[in-house]
Amino acid sequence: MSSRRSQDDAPAPTGIARYRIETPAEPSADERGERYYMASSWTLIRRRFLKHRLAVFGSVILLIIYLLAAFAGFFSVADTYERHPDHLFAPPTRVRLFHDGRLHRPFVYGLNVGRHPETLAPVYEDDREQIFPVRFLVHGHEYRVIGLFSSTLHLLGVDRPGYVFLFGTDSLGRDMFSRVLSGARISLSIGLLGVTISFVLGCLLGGVSGYFGGAADMVVQRIIEFLQSLPTIPLWMALAAAVPLNWPPLRIYFMITVILSLVGWTGLARVVRGKILQLRVEDYVMAAAVAGAPERAIIFRHLLPGFMSYLVVHITLAVPYMILGETALSFIGIGLRPPVVSWGVMLQQAQNVRTVALHPWLLIPALFVVFTVLCFNFAGDGLRDVADPYKQ
Amino acid sequence: MLHYIVRRIIFMAVLLLVLSLVSFLIIQLPPGDYLSTMIQNMRNLGMTVDDEMIRALEDRYGLDKPVMLQYLKWFGNLLQGDMGRSFQWNEEVTDLILERLALTVTISVASLILVYVLAVPIGIYSATHPYSPADYVFTVAGFIGLATPNFLLALILMYLTFTHLGWSVGGLFSRDYVLEPWSIGKVIDLLKHLPIPLIVIGTAGTAEIIRILRGSLLDELAKQYVITARAKGLREGVILFKYPVRLALNPIISTIGYLLPAIVAGETLVSIVLSLPTIGPLLLRALQAQDMYLAGSMVMLLSGLAMLGTLVSDLMLVSIDPRIRFENEARA
Repeated sequence: MSSRRSQDDAPAPTGIARYRIETPAEPSADERGERYYMASSWTLIRRRFLKHRLAVFGSVILLIIYLLAAFAGFFSVADTYERHPDHLFAPPTRVRLFHDGRLHRPFVYGLNVGRHPETLAPVYEDDREQIFPVRFLVHGHEYRVIGLFSSTLHLLGVDRPGYVFLFGTDSLGRDMFSRVLSGARISLSIGLLGVTISFVLGCLLGGVSGYFGGAADMVVQRIIEFLQSLPTIPLWMALAAAVPLNWPPLRIYFMITVILSLVGWTGLARVVRGKILQLRVEDYVMAAAVAGAPERAIIFRHLLPGFMSYLVVHITLAVPYMILGETALSFIGIGLRPPVVSWGVMLQQAQNVRTVALHPWLLIPALFVVFTVLCFNFAGDGLRDVADPYKQ
Repeated sequence: MLHYIVRRIIFMAVLLLVLSLVSFLIIQLPPGDYLSTMIQNMRNLGMTVDDEMIRALEDRYGLDKPVMLQYLKWFGNLLQGDMGRSFQWNEEVTDLILERLALTVTISVASLILVYVLAVPIGIYSATHPYSPADYVFTVAGFIGLATPNFLLALILMYLTFTHLGWSVGGLFSRDYVLEPWSIGKVIDLLKHLPIPLIVIGTAGTAEIIRILRGSLLDELAKQYVITARAKGLREGVILFKYPVRLALNPIISTIGYLLPAIVAGETLVSIVLSLPTIGPLLLRALQAQDMYLAGSMVMLLSGLAMLGTLVSDLMLVSIDPRIRFENEARA
């Protein structure tokens, strides 16, 4: 490649030529073609994926949400369980920039708590006399960083007696913003854990079904058909209701995940089986078998990488179903239960229309659920388009 | 054809048998045995429980026998239409479920019809006008529809109608009609209450069908026979509806198979949120109270219903498209 370029440049040894050598020239069609053939399939996948705007947008947002969840303690402004008895159902605090028409550093007003004369419900009013500037990197309540070490550092906060409830507070006066962040940890990780379980089951059973065929295939296919014809929610409800109430939260969390994966693996098993049936007859697999490769090696070294990209697509599209499942079960009160915080558990407070009408910020976790699922769908859609980079 | 139908029905019977095992497992799952829970409950309600009654119960469910025999007994009773007794309601499960089941079926089938009535025209429009503003609107709406779980949509709709219109949505009947026997007035009342639940239950399905139909119709429209037809000077309407739409509808019909279980599942949750008098809320309450004969029977019925729907859709598919062979392999 370089020799060709120097030949092109040879007739004009001027400043322009030097300039052209210093910055890489626009590649010719030939070079682009050559690069295309030289590129690994993963490079092609990455390139195509980056062209898919919505998919890139979705994955970036997902990354941000997962980071927020992982470092929930740092981003939160109050302890998840801390109650503010004099701030029940406080509306979201507005962070302001102008005080008396003049620019000010970000601040919040103090809150005056009154009582509604008839309903006795708390009524909140900004106290324009009190100004609490929003401070960054402040020390507050203690939390664990990914369970490794403790810290008291927070991204932002205000001095007491001011409060900054970005998403308002719930019926017990707990900060919704901090709870949404820490609920994200449960809601989002249940999706990943559930998909992992489905992935193992799906690869194993789908692989057996596709590779060995015959009776094994028959049995697995019938099981899949059976599970897919069941309405999931009633089945999940029945199984989740059977989880003993007195189990520790972690065990309940795990059981719910297993219940959600019970049906989730079937779709994956179908993909694996179909792809294995398709790839099994390829020449290179035959060659491996003739060369005496053991079946394990054929499956894991030769067949599996051949359709890994399809599995990634399927997984990306399966995670949101798990998240929705957990949210639904917890919402109706038979999935995770307080004191565990998840988006579904938080939404339990939003079951009553009248409560929601008075305190619409209780629906904020729902927005997070929808947005996360939407982003997973965008990312999955983009991945599906690039799963086979050689398809034009 | 007949051979295929018979085989499918036999397979269906086997599935139902497996389903009954699963349902019985659900009944057996909660800790503690049924009899002691029941006696405890009856005592709590202030009823006297004598030995004779206990013996009658033991006899009915075969509770003094091993689990396998209990299952056989339960299954035998089920075949005779006896699904056990709900101690929470102190009523026969069959009596409790029947009317609710009828409403569940009505709502599920009506949502299914709504899904197709909405999705097919929109899908055809989107495919014939790809990348037009309306197509983009439908695509975005479809994405959001897929991402919003039914019960949240129900909640949000309830919130919006409550705050903006002042209506308190929920239920299937007005207060005057809840306890009334069926009459024309009650049916009209039901029809008035149906739209919101149907829209809520149908959204996800509609979004999905639009996406599938748009994709497959776009594929068909790019094929040579369409170009040939256009070159011959056929009218666009004829070109569209004579072959491509018919072909593109195929995957749609085969989706009934999994759309129906999804709709039944969605209906369960939406009913709980909107407090519709269908199976959903009853199931939830039964599960919370560990009223297991009631819960198990309901899971059994709902799943059986979904399976029956799948069977019907498969048979429909075969009768519509002669190219589908009556082989199991063809379905995989």
